[in-house]
Amino acid sequence: MDYNILSWLIWLPIIGVAAIAFIPRDKVDLIKIVSAIATGLQFLLTLVLWNNFDSSIGSIQFEEKYEWIPSFNIEYYLGVDGLSIPMVILTGLLFFIGVFVSWNTKKAVKGYFALFLLLNTGVMGVFLSLDFFLFYIFWEVMLLPMYFLIGMWGGPQREYAAIKFFLYTLFGSVLMLIGVLGLYFTCGKTFNIIELTQVAPEALSGILWWGISAIKVIWVLIFIGFAIKVPVFPFHTWLPLAHVEAPTAISVLLAGILLKLGVYGILRVNYGLMPDGVYWFSYALALLGLVNVVWGGLCALAQTDLKKLVAYSSVNHMGYSLIGMAAVVAAGESHGLNMKAAQAGLGGAVFQMFNHGTISAMLFILVGVIYERAHHRDIEGFGGLASQMPVYTGITAIAFFAGLGLPGLSGFISEAMCFIGAFPVYRWIVIASTIGILLNAAYFLWAFQRVFFGKLNEKYSNLPEINRLELFTVVPLLIITLFFGIYPAPYIDLIASTMDTIINHVVSLGSYASM
Amino acid sequence: MSNFQSISFFYPELILTVVILGAIIYDLFIDKSISGRVGWVVITGLAFVALAIHFQNGLKTTTLFSDAIVLDPFASFFKQIVILATILVSIVSLSSGELDEYRKGEYFALLGIITFGLFLMVSSIDLIMIYISIEIVSIMSFVLAGYLKKKARSNEAALKYVVYGGFSSGIMLFGLSYIFGLTGSTNIFQIQQSVTQLDLASSTALTLAIVMILAGFGYKISAVPFHFWTPDVYEGAPLSITAYLSVAPKAAAFALMIRFFNQTFADGGAMNGLDSISLTQLPWPEILSILSVATMTLGNVVALQQESIKRMLAYSSIAHAGYMLLAMPVMSGDSIYAIMMYLVMYLFMNLGAFFVVIIVKNKTDGESFNDYKGLGWEMPIVGAAMTLFMVSLTGLPPTAGFIGKFYIFASLIKGGSTFYWLVIIGGINSVVSLYYYLKVVKYMYFEGERTDKILFPPNTLSGALIITAVPSLLLGIYWNPVANWIQNSLVFFIQTL
Repeated sequence: MDYNILSWLIWLPIIGVAAIAFIPRDKVDLIKIVSAIATGLQFLLTLVLWNNFDSSIGSIQFEEKYEWIPSFNIEYYLGVDGLSIPMVILTGLLFFIGVFVSWNTKKAVKGYFALFLLLNTGVMGVFLSLDFFLFYIFWEVMLLPMYFLIGMWGGPQREYAAIKFFLYTLFGSVLMLIGVLGLYFTCGKTFNIIELTQVAPEALSGILWWGISAIKVIWVLIFIGFAIKVPVFPFHTWLPLAHVEAPTAISVLLAGILLKLGVYGILRVNYGLMPDGVYWFSYALALLGLVNVVWGGLCALAQTDLKKLVAYSSVNHMGYSLIGMAAVVAAGESHGLNMKAAQAGLGGAVFQMFNHGTISAMLFILVGVIYERAHHRDIEGFGGLASQMPVYTGITAIAFFAGLGLPGLSGFISEAMCFIGAFPVYRWIVIASTIGILLNAAYFLWAFQRVFFGKLNEKYSNLPEINRLELFTVVPLLIITLFFGIYPAPYIDLIASTMDTIINHVVSLGSYASM
Repeated sequence: MSNFQSISFFYPELILTVVILGAIIYDLFIDKSISGRVGWVVITGLAFVALAIHFQNGLKTTTLFSDAIVLDPFASFFKQIVILATILVSIVSLSSGELDEYRKGEYFALLGIITFGLFLMVSSIDLIMIYISIEIVSIMSFVLAGYLKKKARSNEAALKYVVYGGFSSGIMLFGLSYIFGLTGSTNIFQIQQSVTQLDLASSTALTLAIVMILAGFGYKISAVPFHFWTPDVYEGAPLSITAYLSVAPKAAAFALMIRFFNQTFADGGAMNGLDSISLTQLPWPEILSILSVATMTLGNVVALQQESIKRMLAYSSIAHAGYMLLAMPVMSGDSIYAIMMYLVMYLFMNLGAFFVVIIVKNKTDGESFNDYKGLGWEMPIVGAAMTLFMVSLTGLPPTAGFIGKFYIFASLIKGGSTFYWLVIIGGINSVVSLYYYLKVVKYMYFEGERTDKILFPPNTLSGALIITAVPSLLLGIYWNPVANWIQNSLVFFIQTL
C-alpha cells in the first residue's frame, strides 16, 4: 500500500473544512452534505485500511515518515498497529454517524460542522501519529474545537462546562509535555515513539531526579495527562458536566472516542516506554480501576438526569478497562508466567474500549432522541413510554442491557475478559469490583423501569416514535454490539498479535526489582 | 576601532538618522490633515535600514567607536526584530482612530528615535553606553505615552512612566557605579576579566550591584517587582504605543540582559549549542529564577481579574516576560536560542492582539470585555484572528506561541534537574493563563447577539492583521526558517584580553 492512506485519513476532514469555508453560511444543507461526504469517505478509507491490514504482524504497518524539523529531530511519522486500528475504525464510524446525529443543528451550522471536522482530524491524528511531537500537536488540536462545540452549542451551563473541560485537559497535557521533553533529553534526542520504545527502557533506568527514579517521575507526569482524559478518579469531575452540557453528537464523540485516547495513550506510551513503571504502577492502576467502577456506579445510581447517568456509567465502564490493563503483569515471572491471563486482561481492556465506544455512543444518541422530543431528561419526569414508543423502548432496552453487561452482548465479553485476566493477580480487587457490576445493573434497570414502565405520563401521550434518521444512527451500533456479543473472534484476531507484542515487551523488559 | 573608521560600519544607523531628520523636516511643510504621510516616509526609510543591516551580515564582528558598541550577528538579529515591530506599529498607527485628533508627524519621528535607541541598546558593551541607550529609549517612550495630550489618562501614564523610569534608572546607575568602583572599567569584557580575580569580600557588593542593575533591566522588561508602571502606562498610552512598548523595548532589553549576564558574569561562550560557564559564585541565576517565577505568576494571577482587555494584555505581557526570563538562569546556547525564538513568536502574536484591540477601539471606542460581545459574528475575520492570537499567547499547538514555550521548556529540561521546578511552575502558569485568554474568545462568540451584517476593518489594519496572524499560525507548524536564522545569529562578539 503506497497511497499514503493514513495521511488521507487525517487530512480528509481538513479538505472538508476548506470546502465548507467557501460555502455561504445560509446554504445549510450543502454544508451538511459536504460534512457527510468527508466523514463518509474517511469511514470507507478506514474499512479499506482494515481490509489491507495484516493482523498476523504485531508491529507497525502502513508507515509514513518524512523529515519535518530536522534541528529538533521532529518527524512526520504515521503508522498503525493492532492497538490503534480498532480505534481508527471506530473514529471513522462515529464521526460519520455524528454528522447525522447533528443533522438538526439550527444554530451557526457552518461553524459547527467546520469545528466538527477539525475535531475529527485531531482525533484521527492522535491515533495514527507515532512521533511524539506530532502526537502532542494533534492531542492539543482537539481541545479548541471541543471547547467551542460544548461552549456554543451546549446546554444551559455550557460555558462553565467548556472551560472546565479545557482547563483540566490542558493541565494534564502540560504535565505530559514536560514528561515528553524529559524523555527526549534522556533517551537520545528523538521523538520517534517506536524508537523510544526500544531505547527508553534501558536509557531511563538508573537515572535519579531529586532522588526519585526518572521512570517514576515521567510515568506519573504522562499518566496524569492521559488519566484526565480516561477519566480516572479523582480527575473525572469534568466529565459529567461536559457530557451533560454538550450537544448529543458531541457527547457521543466524547464518550465514544475521546475517552479512549487516554487508555490508548497509556498503552502506547506508558506501557511501551516504561515497562518497569508498569510493574511499579500496576497495583495502583487496578485499584484506581476499582475506585472508578464503584464510584462511577454509585454516582450513576444517584442521578436524576438521564444523560448524567450515562456519563457516570462511562466512569464505571472505563474502570473495567483499567483493571484489565493492570493484568499484564500476570505474564511476568513473579506471577508464574501466566500468559493467558495477561492476554485476556489486555485484550479485554482494548476490547472494552471499543465496546464502550459503541455502547455509550448508542446510549447518548438514545438520550438525545428523547430529549429532542420532551425537552428534558429528568428520569422521574417520564413514565410508561413503553406503550407510546415501542420501537424506541426496544432499542433502548438492548442498549441498556449492553451497558449493564448482559451475556450475549459485546459489553459482557470484554468485561469478563478483564476480570478473567486480573483474577490471578488482583483477586480481591476483582471480587470487590463485582459490586460495581451490581451497581451497574441496578442503575440501568432502575432508570429503565422509571422511564418506560408504569403509568403513561399524560404530557407525553402524543410523543412521536423514533424516526428514520435516528434509526439510521443507532442501528449500525446495535448490530455491532449484537455481533461482537455473539462472535467476538474477528476483533480478538485483529488485535491479538499486537497485544502479544505489548505483553512480551512489558514482561521481558520490566520487573519489580529495578524500581 | 577608532571613531572615524567606525562610521563605515555604522551606516544603517546613519540612514536611520537621515530618515528621522527627513521625517521631521517633511512634517514642517505639510498640513495636519495629511501628516500621516510622514509615517510612510518612516516606514520606507526603515525598510532601507533593514536592507542595510541585512547587507552587513557578511562583515566581520567587531567593536565600534572605541569599544562602545559592537557589530555582531546577535545585535543584527535584534535590530531586525525591532525594525519589524516598528514598521508594523507604524502601519497600524496610520489608521488608529485615537491619533486622528493630533498631528502625526512628531509621532513617527519619535518612533524613529526610539528605534535608534534600541539599536544602540542591543549592541552596547560599555556601561555608559548601556545607560545612555536605555535613557534614549525611555525618554522618547515618556513622550509617546503622553501623546494623547487632551486625555487625562494619557498624561497620567506619561507622568507615572517618568517617575518610575527616573527612579529605576537612578538605581541602575548606582549599581553600575559599584561595578565600576570594584573593577575599574566600564567595558564589559574588562569587567569580566576583573570579576574573576575579585576576592570573596567584594562578592556581597557585586551581588548588590547586580540586584540594582536588575532594577533597570527589570523596569524595561516589566519584571516583578519593577512592573508597577506597566498596567497604568499601558492603559493610558495610545494603543499603538502600548503595542510597541510591549514588544520592541522588551526585546532589546532582553538582548541587553543576555549580553550583560553572558559576558560579564559568565564566559560568554553560550552560543551555537555550547553552555556558558559561570565565572563567579555569585547567585545571579538564583536571583533571575525567583524573578521569573514571581513575574509570570503575578502577571497571570492579576490578569485573571481585569475588566479591560488593554489592562489584561498589559498583565499578560508581564507574564510573557516571566516566561522568557525562565530561560535566562540556564544561560546556555540553547536557552538564549529559546529566548530569541520566543521573542520572534511573541512579536507576531502580541502585536496582533493589540491590533485587534485597536480595531475594536475604532469601532466602539471602548476596551472592556463588553465591547467584544458578538465580535466573532460581526467581524468574522477579526474574531478568528483574535482567537488565534489568544490561543497562541496561551501556548497551544499548532500556533507560534507553543513553539516559543516548547523551546523555553526544552532548554530548561536540557539545563539539568536544578531547573525542573521552573518548568513545572511555567507549565502551571500557562494553564492559568488559558482562563483569561479564553474569556476574550468567550465574549466574542458566546455572548452578544448574532448579526447578519458583516464588517471589515480598513485596509491598512486588515493588512497588519494578516501580517501578524499568518506567521502566528504558520510558525507553529513550520518554523525551520526562523530556527536557521536564529542559529546563524547566535554569534556574539567576544573580546579576549
